Amino acid sequence: MAGVRDIRRRIRSVRNMQQITKAMKMVSAAKLRKAQQKLIAARPYANQLQGVLERLSQAGDTVHPLLVKRPVQKVVYVLITSDRGLCGGYNANLIRKTTGLIAETPQEVKLVTVGRKGRDFFRRGKIEFLAEFVALGDDPSFNQAKEVAKEVIRLYEQGEADEVYLLYTEFVSAITQRPSQVKLLPIEKPEGKHGKQYIFEPSPDEILASLLPKYVETQIFRSILEGKASEQGARMTAMSSATDNATDMIDRLSLAMNRARQAAITKEISEIVGGAAALE
Amino acid sequence: MASTFTLNVVSPEGNVLKEDVEFIVLPGGAGELGILPNHAPLIAGLDVGVARITSNGTVKRVAVAGGFVEVADNSATILADTAELSETIDLQRAIAAKERATKRLSSQTSEIDVKRAEYALRKALARISASENKK
Repeated sequence: MAGVRDIRRRIRSVRNMQQITKAMKMVSAAKLRKAQQKLIAARPYANQLQGVLERLSQAGDTVHPLLVKRPVQKVVYVLITSDRGLCGGYNANLIRKTTGLIAETPQEVKLVTVGRKGRDFFRRGKIEFLAEFVALGDDPSFNQAKEVAKEVIRLYEQGEADEVYLLYTEFVSAITQRPSQVKLLPIEKPEGKHGKQYIFEPSPDEILASLLPKYVETQIFRSILEGKASEQGARMTAMSSATDNATDMIDRLSLAMNRARQAAITKEISEIVGGAAALE
Repeated sequence: MASTFTLNVVSPEGNVLKEDVEFIVLPGGAGELGILPNHAPLIAGLDVGVARITSNGTVKRVAVAGGFVEVADNSATILADTAELSETIDLQRAIAAKERATKRLSSQTSEIDVKRAEYALRKALARISASENKK
């Protein structure tokens, strides 16, 4: 049985770790709130953009390279993971989904990774990377999403990809995050409900040409934000349960320590009693 | 009281402005674009520049960078890449950005760089003009 001093040392180290996990939990709770606010703030723009796209589609037969469906030979997955670990199953879940999808896809698959964890995992594999983006920080800006979108659109236009999918973690709530998949390119033209007759300035085609890249940017931005919120949520839950586990462990160790201490005292007493009895 | 319509300014980073206005002038893709209440439904592309918004007789200036405007049902929605009210603009930063862009333009490199620098320069100029005319 471990000595009292050993157990005491272990309790101290567990307590130190608990302080760290507790602090991380609190930090990610604060960051989660911020990420959630950004997610909500980005919504009106995305909705409006969707609306404009719908109204453009009903304006007639608009054509644009990003709308054209091609026979699919090359598929690109844009994988959005976090830069840092210690966030429970957040990255693992998405990576598992991704490997499953890659195995199911009969076409040639290539990857674009956003975030360090996804890149590090797939770097060991055989799948080719077309681009990687790391170190987005805790507060991703629209410009960062724009960079990603620019690269993705370039790949699509140059025929490096016939279909592009976004793989990200959808933020459902602080404790639930769902790995999700969304088709990014070619853009599905939404069904336009017939409504008002709009004036377009310049022509619908020209507006579409500047709107579609924005649409891609917004989609990527939204999934990065969803991912960030999910990451913080996952980290918060993971750190919360780590803190709880540390409490349990401290309880168990204290019990063991007290027992060891008691045993030592009992032993000492019985030795004294035994010694006294021997003298009589 | 003059008739009004609702103006919404949104950017990907959030809602910038929502209020009832009397008249707006926007930097349209093909020149300035004025919108009064009860405008016909319109979707137009926007350029980088300054939007002037008149409400209750006072003029507000907003630096917008690209995007669209949609007008329908007596309300206008501006979808801009970035949109900043004149009072929130950091003038020092805009001036610094302008100088950076000018420098980059004078030291000619590849085609894409020039385009980006030009865009940055126009954005900086829009910011500066939006915040300077305030005073």
